[in-house]
Amino acid sequence: MLKRKRIEEGIFKTLAALATTLIIAVLLFLILVILKHGCKALNWDMITKVPQGGFYFGGEGGILNAIIGSFYLALGATGLAFIIGLPVALFMNVYLIRHRFWLNRIRFFLDVLWGVPSIVYGAFSFTLMLFLGLRASLLAGILTVTLLIVPIMIRSIDEVLRTVPEGLLESAYALGSTRTEIAFKVFFRQALPGIVTAILLSFGRGIGDAASVLFTAGYTDYIPTSLSQPAATLPLAIFFQLSSPIPAVQERAYASAVVLTFIILLISLLARLLSSKYKEHTIK
Amino acid sequence: MKRRKQIDHITSGWMLICLFVVLLIPLVIGLGLVLKSLPILKLFPLSELLNGSEWKPMAGHFGFKPFIVSSLYVTLISFLIAAPVCLLSAIYLTQYARHWLLSLMQPVIDILAGIPSVVYGVWGILVVVPLVVRLASIWNLKTSGYCILSGGIVLAVMSIPFILNILIEVFQTIPIELKEASLSVGATYWETIKFVLLREGFSGIMAAFGLGISKALGETIAVLMVVGNVVQIPGSPFQAAYPLPALIANNYGEMMSIPMYDSALMFAALILFVIIVLFNILARLAINHGEYRC
Amino acid sequence: MSDSIIRIRHLNVSHKGIPILKDINLTIQRNKVTVILGPSGCGKTTLLKCLNRLVDLYNGLTVSGRIELDGEEILNRKNDLTRIRQKMGLLSQRPYPLPMSIFDNVAYGLKIQGVRNHTELANRVEYYLKQVNLWAEVADRLKSPASRLSIGQQQRLCLARGLAVEPEIILADEPTSALDPLSSTCIEEQFMKLKENYTILIVTHIMRQARRLADHVIFIYLGEIIEQGPPSEIFDHPQHPTTKEYLRVGH
Repeated sequence: MLKRKRIEEGIFKTLAALATTLIIAVLLFLILVILKHGCKALNWDMITKVPQGGFYFGGEGGILNAIIGSFYLALGATGLAFIIGLPVALFMNVYLIRHRFWLNRIRFFLDVLWGVPSIVYGAFSFTLMLFLGLRASLLAGILTVTLLIVPIMIRSIDEVLRTVPEGLLESAYALGSTRTEIAFKVFFRQALPGIVTAILLSFGRGIGDAASVLFTAGYTDYIPTSLSQPAATLPLAIFFQLSSPIPAVQERAYASAVVLTFIILLISLLARLLSSKYKEHTIK
Repeated sequence: MKRRKQIDHITSGWMLICLFVVLLIPLVIGLGLVLKSLPILKLFPLSELLNGSEWKPMAGHFGFKPFIVSSLYVTLISFLIAAPVCLLSAIYLTQYARHWLLSLMQPVIDILAGIPSVVYGVWGILVVVPLVVRLASIWNLKTSGYCILSGGIVLAVMSIPFILNILIEVFQTIPIELKEASLSVGATYWETIKFVLLREGFSGIMAAFGLGISKALGETIAVLMVVGNVVQIPGSPFQAAYPLPALIANNYGEMMSIPMYDSALMFAALILFVIIVLFNILARLAINHGEYRC
Repeated sequence: MSDSIIRIRHLNVSHKGIPILKDINLTIQRNKVTVILGPSGCGKTTLLKCLNRLVDLYNGLTVSGRIELDGEEILNRKNDLTRIRQKMGLLSQRPYPLPMSIFDNVAYGLKIQGVRNHTELANRVEYYLKQVNLWAEVADRLKSPASRLSIGQQQRLCLARGLAVEPEIILADEPTSALDPLSSTCIEEQFMKLKENYTILIVTHIMRQARRLADHVIFIYLGEIIEQGPPSEIFDHPQHPTTKEYLRVGH
């Protein structure tokens, strides 16, 4: 009987190891494929020029419009989400710390909100825009993406703030600080690297999402100069170029995918570095 | 001191405003979607909308069944692939493997989770679609490759980092003494995993699966790129399909030109919203329930 | 004339270079209660976990030496772990009932061994629950989850669970420190009863408990055996200065 048990364990252990290897392999494979197909069309022009005439038919130009558009959008949305999100996270950890019940309810609420797919936000925003008679614009895109990343921003900052030891809070109170002062001087400083990580995380989410900007930010070959103009975004640039029947344009789509993936990987790396730096300097 | 108190009041005021704005978001969205769906709900009974298989907006036929079935089908396939892979891998990483492997996996998971949907879509077109065509030829079936199976595979890969993360956390919170208790009566390590670990972590495992499913249901771009976008009730995984998010994404341009079309699409968004929020609530409750038991 | 059931020779355990147990040499007598006494963190629990090879679960530990159970070498990797572990029942500090019903908890070890007959399982569950004085309290709700019991009841359940596989030795790691006085007394009474048929090894830092229960006391400090002997000797006439200091300061 023991032999049977050992065989069973052996089988499952092998399967489990295979599953793990599979996951790592898929990631490597994915990046390799994208790089392989994308590097053909990747050149300086692609990232420094906007589409010239006939770009979508194989003509000159690049995706600078989308790169800058995406950055504007993600920066705007992250900034806005930060202005709204940080106060909420601070509020939760400074004011609500005595009201466990409400704190837990709000955390639950935010976790559920985190799961709402971006297409819902996109559809809602579009409807609102139609209702208000607005056209697709950078601002509309920013607002929609803000809705998407606000729960992420709040919860990530909240998770960071949670690690600040309560003893620190109590000593601050004992010294007569107002709650605002505690919020900023104690929490903020202590948690700063973690907060920057949260910002990076939200930024990464915002720059890569397509469904929320599909209807709202529009698309254009130019770099937007004001908030009311439509803006091109990298995910949409990839999507549209891919739909072209011309192979040369499709290759450009892969190149754009490389650019986007590269940006995301960079952000991921930065976030990792910061969070390990964060662990060094915190008071335990 | 007075000035400090003033600042305190202003900042706490701003905090409360922000809090209320955030709390209102889902309410406003839900309300907006409901309002926009009302026209079509008034015109057709709910059962006809949900069960009807004919989708001809220009003729005024709005049967959502093909889309609902497509969504469920593609999510099911992704679940069938992702769930066992994640469960096995989580068991391996937390119970059998050396520590460094788990530390290695963390960035792998983070990167996979961060890759944008559209890049997964590109990968799907480049790799998965041809693979599925070859797979189908083994059974002598013809397919363009843009089908449910491709969508399911891409979705599975997208859900894996998500589900795996939660599962790892669930298994790590199980106290080692529980495993010791099982081992000390003579159970093998594997038996301990089967009868103790999996049972103890059951609610967490269910929650991980629930969250993975809800994420798969809402995924738009990646699926859209490989699933074929043909309005039909798919009979086999090698047939094309049209999940709900794809419906909304593909047709927003025509929304205004056909009467009731915009209402129909918003209704689709409402269905998605309600189902996903429900799934999330249930899954999160399961996680909390698991935590309190420790 | 009792004989020795466990012989430990030159046992050394270290964690990433830091020694936890240093050159332990011990003999445990059959059918006696041996108490391992000492302050927290001095390696007592590690010693117990070496005996039933639970140390295997902890990655950073290096174990060397010989432990013989009835002549069989425990630390030898090739030996069948499950059989060795079955010879020892473990009772930990905090009760950890398995996530199943009361009945299934006790029957767990039996089912693992292959016992399938329902009547036999039922009989043995009843027998062992009676042995730990729990039967009367749970007979009417055997199928309800074990987590609903009080801590004292859970600890007794864990004891019944451990006894059900008929070990020879019971290892108890501070078994009453999480319990209220009433449950503690109950568990201690069980040990006195069980002494006739089992060898009991208790780790504790409660001196009064050691005095009450022990046939033999081993005092460990910072991973080394300082002194050992019958309780009358150790408590009334300690020889070593560390022992004297420990007894003076109290637990």
